[in-house]
Amino acid sequence: MERKELLQVKGLETTFFTEDGAIPAVDNIDFSLREGEILGIVGESGCGKSVTSLSIMGLVPSPPGKVTNGEILLEGTDLAKFSDKEMRKIRGKEVAMIFQEPMTSLNPLFTIGNQLTEAILIHNKKWSKKKAEERAIEMMKLVGLPRSEELLKEYPHQLSGGMRQRVMIAMALVCDPKILIADEPTTALDVTIQAQILQLMRDLNKRLNTAVMLITHDLGVVAETCERVVVMYSGQIVEEGPVDLIFKDPQHPYTKGLIQSVPDMRFKKDRLYSIRGNVPKPGSIKQGCRFAARCEWAHERCLQENPTLYQTGEHHKTRCFLVSGKEAHIDDRAIVESK
Amino acid sequence: MTEPLLKVNNLKKYFPIRKGILGKEQGNVKAVDDVSFYVYEGETLGIVGESGCGKSTTGRMIMKLLDPTEGSIEFEGKDLTKLSNAEMRKARREIQMVFQDPFASLNPRHTIGKILEEPLIVHGLGNAKERKKKVLELLEIVGLSSYHANRYPHQFSGGQRQRIGIARALMTNPKLIIADEPVSALDVSIQAQVLNLMQDLQKDLKLTYIFIAHDLGVVRHISDRVGVMYLGKMVELAESEKLYANPLHPYAKGLLSAVPVPDPDFKREHVLLSGDIPSPSNPPKGCTFHTRCPFKMEQCTAVVPILIEVEEGHSVACHLYDEGYVNDK
Ligand SMILES: Nc1ncnc2c1ncn2[C@@H]1O[C@H](COP(=O)(O)OP(=O)(O)OP(=O)(O)O)[C@@H](O)[C@H]1O
Ligand SMILES: Nc1ncnc2c1ncn2[C@@H]1O[C@H](COP(=O)(O)OP(=O)(O)OP(=O)(O)O)[C@@H](O)[C@H]1O
Ligand code: SF4
Ligand code: SF4
Ligand SMILES: [Mg+2]
Ligand SMILES: [Mg+2]
Repeated sequence: MERKELLQVKGLETTFFTEDGAIPAVDNIDFSLREGEILGIVGESGCGKSVTSLSIMGLVPSPPGKVTNGEILLEGTDLAKFSDKEMRKIRGKEVAMIFQEPMTSLNPLFTIGNQLTEAILIHNKKWSKKKAEERAIEMMKLVGLPRSEELLKEYPHQLSGGMRQRVMIAMALVCDPKILIADEPTTALDVTIQAQILQLMRDLNKRLNTAVMLITHDLGVVAETCERVVVMYSGQIVEEGPVDLIFKDPQHPYTKGLIQSVPDMRFKKDRLYSIRGNVPKPGSIKQGCRFAARCEWAHERCLQENPTLYQTGEHHKTRCFLVSGKEAHIDDRAIVESK
Repeated sequence: MTEPLLKVNNLKKYFPIRKGILGKEQGNVKAVDDVSFYVYEGETLGIVGESGCGKSTTGRMIMKLLDPTEGSIEFEGKDLTKLSNAEMRKARREIQMVFQDPFASLNPRHTIGKILEEPLIVHGLGNAKERKKKVLELLEIVGLSSYHANRYPHQFSGGQRQRIGIARALMTNPKLIIADEPVSALDVSIQAQVLNLMQDLQKDLKLTYIFIAHDLGVVRHISDRVGVMYLGKMVELAESEKLYANPLHPYAKGLLSAVPVPDPDFKREHVLLSGDIPSPSNPPKGCTFHTRCPFKMEQCTAVVPILIEVEEGHSVACHLYDEGYVNDK
């Protein structure tokens, strides 16, 4: 069943105006987040994942950054046109966000209780302190924090990394937002703790029907957690589709290469596939396909033109001339043999 | 069987915790607590475990960057803790380290040529011309070019910097390389390049690796044998195929099952470990894992389990295997 599109990002462009010139960190991206789904955004360092989420939240550091084009439609309303004041009402209430390092978003000088009730009272100005505290305890139970009453009186540094991330999730969910954007929520955590937090996020997504946009560079996390995935490269989306399809039948040479470069814990490969060259800085490639310098299939046209995101299947989009329908389809084996 | 290149025996490192202006000792952090293992020439021993379990401290003691509180480290049959100065200098040439953050470990004001030459100068190896030649040779070996010698660290990407870090470690023709999270800071596509490079170098130069990392997929890929650490102890040590196919220690089981696998069809039994990792300044009595262990028994809270070989090439420290390992397959 096709679910309603809750958030539609259309032609989003976010530019940083720096000494080195204007850097299009996010360059004309289109995607949508559907009701109740978990959407993964993957890509390597600097490809624009965080800037995409900050753009949606209206939190791009300005200067030097600015949303320079596009629409961010939340149930049809364009957030890109909202003032700071209007955005403040949306943040936390409609769309909430959690970050990689919870310590940077928790104030070390205030207790967990202070910070949770504060978050509740911002959007429920008429509530009594007692009511807010009750809600805070309820939220802490929801995210599986033990001894909630005592924890309310403790400070962030007294908690472990995993507990802090649970507090952040509780804080993000206090107002029952429709959308939760999680930017590398488990990257700073150990794997056994990561497994707990991912489990919690899947549970909450099911129970509360909160749509989740999960940003990560870990393909394993995507495979285990998400229904659909968007693959970014150098400020653009290069492939988008259901997780099953992307992992089993990736179309873009970058996605293919990425999936093959990950060592798999289940079996030993003799040698890893590796993509040659380096990840380009956004804005450094002015002409042609941004992946051309690293692509084994790059041909004349790739150096001249930047491909658009072609519809390469019913639910599948790919930014590559090879699958645009006009040219040959990439053969899976070709990648392995050409190495 | 040949003698191991490196033997680590009952190694301990306790860091004192000092409080107050007088710096009175208030107990200690048992960063590494009675760890023993061997490394054979030409093999890769992986060391895995979660943050703070003592992986880096172990590596730093072998590298002689830290003095052990107790225990011995034998390299080529000689105890590193008892060497004369001359012998120590030689040993230092033969054991080198590659670090996680190549940027932090490269002096930003020096050219790559100068950075690479430095270990040769320190060890008094070769004249200026020979040193230059060696620099160019190693740049080539790690996949960079001779013109890179005149550039500065900030002009390189993360992956290239790690190649430089590896080149620097190889300058003195070492036998043993301790690589502490050498690919953790790198992007996936670059990580594969560096892992392949390390494997090629191992073959070509007959290197021995101790490969420290928290990424279990990466460790499986590169290691012949793997040791799993938890709170300063080695809880399991096995040939990598054996460990990944059949982890025995309850912590190793939980750890392996927690790693996300990049295959949406892969369904498995999660052994979800509850609770947090206790502080190494106040580790639980008996088996340090008993606070999180789903199989805890009475003796676990009192008696420290020791690492015993329960099957050829597979050792574990857990009371479940006190009577030996019953292979039910
Ligand atoms: N404050 C800033 N000033 C200038 N440029 C910036 C700034 N923040 C981001 N950028 C640019 O935007 C690009 C995208 O950054 P972003 O943080 O979105 O990457 P990311 O995909 O989240 O990477 P990572 O995985 O490392 O978090 C960067 O390559 C950088 O060039
Ligand atoms: N110089 C020091 N003084 C005091 N405590 C230390 C020192 N170095 C390490 N420790 C402590 O010893 C323990 C082991 O640290 P170590 O760096 O060896 O862990 P690790 O396994 O390498 O972790 P990570 O995966 O985070 O790198 C930790 O609890 C750490 O806080
Ligand atoms: S458009 Fe050309 S260069 Fe770009 S990914 Fe496709 S084949 Fe490679
Ligand atoms: S010794 Fe006991 S507590 Fe420790 S891992 Fe084994 S069963 Fe669990
Ligand atoms: Mg980011
Ligand atoms: Mg370490």
